[in-house]
Amino acid sequence: MKFGVVVFPGSNCDYDCYYVIKRVIGESVDFIWHKSSNLKGYDCIVLPGGFSYGDYLRTGAIARFSPIMKEVIEFSKNGGLVIGICNGFQVLLEAGLLPGAMRKNRDLLFICRYVYVRVENSDTPFTRLFHKGQVLHIPVAHFEGNYYIDPQSLSRLKMNSQVVFRYCSKDGEVADEFNPNGSVYAIAGICNERGNVLGMMPHPERCSESILGSEDGKLIWQSIVKSINERLAKE
Amino acid sequence: MFKVKIYISLKEGVADPQGITIKNALDSLGYSGVERVRYGKYLQVYLKNSDKKKLQKKIDDMCKKILVNPVIESYEYEIEEVK
Repeated sequence: MKFGVVVFPGSNCDYDCYYVIKRVIGESVDFIWHKSSNLKGYDCIVLPGGFSYGDYLRTGAIARFSPIMKEVIEFSKNGGLVIGICNGFQVLLEAGLLPGAMRKNRDLLFICRYVYVRVENSDTPFTRLFHKGQVLHIPVAHFEGNYYIDPQSLSRLKMNSQVVFRYCSKDGEVADEFNPNGSVYAIAGICNERGNVLGMMPHPERCSESILGSEDGKLIWQSIVKSINERLAKE
Repeated sequence: MFKVKIYISLKEGVADPQGITIKNALDSLGYSGVERVRYGKYLQVYLKNSDKKKLQKKIDDMCKKILVNPVIESYEYEIEEVK
């Protein structure tokens, strides 16, 4: 099994993801430069956090046209697992792999702190080792994480169980005061209809070891590994 | 040559925290009667193109493909002939 971490100019969580996959999870992983156009042999592609292209124009708007993104779209159409974290989520939205868009945070502040999110759907390849309603302690670090989607599309998301994470209190209560950025429906992460593409604002790679204060993110990587192993066993 | 002035703004109904903050600043400076502020972007694109009709199509393409995010933004533009 092999992970690939895409590196755009301005990515800055690429090494954190690489490190966690290789050293904490113990799986094989490569960096993939954004100008590459070959994803052969990979089972899961990570679009990491950072400030691709300096966030010029809109977050993710230019990275979305990097050569590698054509391949990522193709890869996802063939059922490959794609996880976009923070800026990676923004790239997935711009690329149309996930619905909606990001606005600047409600309070116009860059938010860099631990928050709580609740697992809304534990039936995805990324969250299968959690149980529904489980609360994760996980950090966010973003200026544009204020997720927007129109009401009709939101009902579709809910109907298809595409809302994967919502901001909440320590005890799992969803209320405006626990929503750090003003996201519609307190959304912190969503998946596509098929469930093989996940976008999330919080950073699981920053909380995969207890020395960092939380290892709640680790189960996301382990869920991915389990899903891929099962698929490979079937093939 | 043509100079295209492209105005990009958040769609009606999309909350605009920057616009609200600017309005509050104007209020606190004592400018009365400011009802609303919407924050946007302004781009100048210089293009060599002789056919104005084709030019419009090109600008619409550019806007829809990359310059504007149609989920939350709308745009309008003006074309001006320059030397």
